[in-house]
Amino acid sequence: MVANPKVAALGRGLESEEEYRLIGTAFRRVDGRAKVTGQTQFADDLNFPRMAYVKLVRSTVPHARIRNIDLSAALAMDGVLGTLVGTELPDKFGILPVSEDEHALAVDTVRFVGDPVAAVAAVSEDIAHEAALAVKVEYELLPTISSFDEALKTPEPQMHDYADDGNIHKKVSLKFGDVEEGFEEADVILEDTCYFEGNTHLAMEQHSAVGVPEDEGRVTVYSSTQTPHYVHRALTKVLGLPASRIRVVACSNGGGFGGKSDPFNHEMVVAKLALKLGRPCKVTLTREEVFYCHRGRHPVLMHLRTGFTKDGSITSQHLRTALDGGAFGSYGVASTYYTGALQTTTYRIPNYWFEGARAFTNKPPCGPKRGHGTPQPRFAFEVHLDKAAHHLGIDPAELRLRNLQPPDSVTANWLRIGSIELGECIEAVVRGSVWKERYGKLPEGRGLGLACGAYLCGAGLPIYWNHMPQSGVQIKLDRSGCVAVFCGETEIGQGSDSVLAAIVAEVLGIELEDIRLCVGDTDLTPVDLGSYSSRVTMMVGHAAMQAAERARDTIARAVAAQLEVPETELVFADRRVFPAGDPDSGIDFSAAVVAAEARFGTLGTTGSYIPPRAPGRYRGAGVGPSPTYSYSAAVVEVEVDPQTGVYDCRHVWMAHDIGQAINPVLALGQIEGSIYMGLGEAMMEEQVFRRLPRRLSSALVHKMPSLLEYKSPGFHDMPRMTSYMIESRDERAPMGAKEVGQGPLLPIMPAVANAIFDAVGVRVDQVPATPELILKALEARARGRPARVGPTRFPKVDYGAPVEVPTPEQGGDGRAKHDPKHRGLRSASGTMKDREDALKERRSATLTTA
Amino acid sequence: MTSPTSLPPGVTAAVLRVNGEDYPVVFPTHHTLLEVLREKCGLTGTKHGCELGECGACAVRVDGEAVLSCLKLAVEAQGCAVQTVEGLQNDNELHPLQRTFADFGAAQCGYCTPGILMVASALLDRNDDPDDAEIFEALSGNLCRCTGYHRIVTAVRWAGAMARGDDWRPPEEDFHGADSQAPLAERSG
Repeated sequence: MVANPKVAALGRGLESEEEYRLIGTAFRRVDGRAKVTGQTQFADDLNFPRMAYVKLVRSTVPHARIRNIDLSAALAMDGVLGTLVGTELPDKFGILPVSEDEHALAVDTVRFVGDPVAAVAAVSEDIAHEAALAVKVEYELLPTISSFDEALKTPEPQMHDYADDGNIHKKVSLKFGDVEEGFEEADVILEDTCYFEGNTHLAMEQHSAVGVPEDEGRVTVYSSTQTPHYVHRALTKVLGLPASRIRVVACSNGGGFGGKSDPFNHEMVVAKLALKLGRPCKVTLTREEVFYCHRGRHPVLMHLRTGFTKDGSITSQHLRTALDGGAFGSYGVASTYYTGALQTTTYRIPNYWFEGARAFTNKPPCGPKRGHGTPQPRFAFEVHLDKAAHHLGIDPAELRLRNLQPPDSVTANWLRIGSIELGECIEAVVRGSVWKERYGKLPEGRGLGLACGAYLCGAGLPIYWNHMPQSGVQIKLDRSGCVAVFCGETEIGQGSDSVLAAIVAEVLGIELEDIRLCVGDTDLTPVDLGSYSSRVTMMVGHAAMQAAERARDTIARAVAAQLEVPETELVFADRRVFPAGDPDSGIDFSAAVVAAEARFGTLGTTGSYIPPRAPGRYRGAGVGPSPTYSYSAAVVEVEVDPQTGVYDCRHVWMAHDIGQAINPVLALGQIEGSIYMGLGEAMMEEQVFRRLPRRLSSALVHKMPSLLEYKSPGFHDMPRMTSYMIESRDERAPMGAKEVGQGPLLPIMPAVANAIFDAVGVRVDQVPATPELILKALEARARGRPARVGPTRFPKVDYGAPVEVPTPEQGGDGRAKHDPKHRGLRSASGTMKDREDALKERRSATLTTA
Repeated sequence: MTSPTSLPPGVTAAVLRVNGEDYPVVFPTHHTLLEVLREKCGLTGTKHGCELGECGACAVRVDGEAVLSCLKLAVEAQGCAVQTVEGLQNDNELHPLQRTFADFGAAQCGYCTPGILMVASALLDRNDDPDDAEIFEALSGNLCRCTGYHRIVTAVRWAGAMARGDDWRPPEEDFHGADSQAPLAERSG
């Protein structure tokens, strides 16, 4: 080949067999130095002259009408600058257009302990705190709902009038193929009921936002947000200002994990107060308030029924889920679909029926946490498969290998699968853990468990319907040789800045130090939808490649003219542009930019990315599609003390189908962080509530809104970790790189439960698998009862008539058999206005018939 | 400097010695060292995750010892040598811990990092060759939600080796992942 084999020659693109120069090497992350010197500015590190400090007054009761808010004592305090109440911001917002149900501050109703009611701004945080305590709110208490079951039994009063059914927010029933026939073909049908407790992100940084008034009625909001674009849209609606007058800047997030991907009350409040008071206003939540913001893992009860042939092939599956959603919609409609959507991505399920429902309860709203809605059914499925393997006398790894979904296929629910190296992943952890020699053969108390998972490489559809790019990148180059890259992406610790810079540097043959990033700024950078759904590497990466390739092509035209060689022979590498095979006759990169600037004028290029259209055409097909999927397999080794149920996780082997690691050190860090967070969920973490006694208002309160009492793993809790990256580039992904931030979390929880079974022979069908639960199962077994702990019943839920969709194998076209519109079902998509109009119609119809 | 008697009640004027420099500051007497460092000295490198002594994000060094600045009043730090993450580097040269944390992925979001760096630097100053158990013990009061801790422990060991002039570095699998094709015999031990 050329002098330097690790370069990309022009015209050939970066092909799948290409050797990269920078991609795949362990470079220091581009924000690394700032993060170890204290220079990184998180939102609370920002200070402005005359800045006021804001505190929110939060509801002390779980459900009530607000009778009166008395601000007089607060306003009389020296140093208080102003207040804000809900009526000053009457327009509702919410992340999903179908559930814009949140007020910046409660207007007439509070729905959980911690729901913001009013805000005060003062010259110091101390005074703001005192003033917030001095605000008197009178409440008229309403009945409260603490669980999915209670929501079913309490249709009135409705917490939100747009709910599908009473206090059941959302109901879904999707039936693919001939589910009943599939069960008839089965030799064995297994049923399981499992429960996954809610838990929270617990990012180390508490949410913070600063609103800064600018000239001509403009306002800038700096925030710890994963989704500045969606915050921008929400602010536009709530403030009633043109979007062009609002600027949102996402600061580096001190951890996100999904917890900073909703637009939040406090962001609306500081923007409004900044405009009202004419001075910068900052709010930083206390740790307790962060627990009230929540948007974490939904508690989900699941019932799974699967048919298997004797040789272990899956013939049919029926999954029912019941989600406890908390007080607001948040991402809940998507979360509900996600408890069913990705079940089909790992193993071939020819016939599949998914029914899901989400309830409103008087607790902090649940939303997306790492894995968004998929870890709960994945837990149920992988534990279920372990039981099936035992029942059928097939090794659990072998059972999975026999059922693998093929690559380049379409699932029964119309998801297009790209590359899939799940088989390689399983084989890697089986070899690594010496599974075949050790599984089922370790001494009593020690055990191995295996489980797998899959995740999106970016949600296929944006949150709101539009035909615009989901990610955009602009590149500015000039004679200095510095390449400025503008993108709306948001660094939350996952390394998105490094991915963006590395891809541009790779294409242009320059170094990371030659690149200056400007990110996460709605005024200055092109839109990127945010750091969620593991979309950044896929979507920002594609947009960055396109922008960089266009810049490379422009420069190449100028250099080709100057050197009198064909453009297609030029190579960009080592900060130089040169004819292939003759590096010495080339010119420096900055000289090449000079040539281009002289020839074409001021230089700038853009890149965009829109995911390919998914084949599903049925209502609900919008949740689940992705350009491709990542796969993971894990083996966990545990040691359980059968006297106490206390157990240790000793070793985790994790293999992840990553396509191509952009930076292996950062990718391994994502795998290890996923193992850690998965173990926290598997072993200890829970966001749980209790009712206070009647004399104390019967309020539903958070049991442990503090870092000390909300148990999460520390240094001592971590096992040995062996991580394998299975690199097989996916042609659908930029540089072949798939996601790694969320997928490796999924197998951990079921692998732990399966390992506990191998160790002591009891099933824990519940997360977290605490020592108490293990002991309970051991005691049950000792008394001759089933060696199991977990839920025993599933509520009777009317999920509605299923949308029946023929599968690809049945010759379907991706559409439902019957368009649900003809059956009078309301749209799951559409805007909030559509929904509200529909409600009005329904109400007037009711009135007419009455 | 203002005479203390002219200050309103509940306000203290003091000179704090931070990173070898004097910071004359006036602050509410009940404010913690964390608050005064961040809000009066402008040293926002020190973070807060709970302000209740639960997370370790606010750790700084006071007279060499690692302490939680959210549990120490600023007035108690008068006359002490306080060191924050901003004082860890030597001019523009990073401390070995800063180098290994940046290079080895021991900082992801970077929010817990300053506190962990300060505790780890106190550890390395008294023991430049700690084993994993000693590192666990020293850092047991620090929470990190991103990394899974492994890279932090290894980065501390690596920095210790650098400080000792030892050329130990983390195993290759920490840079590129374990070899999924390695024969069983090599890994079954």
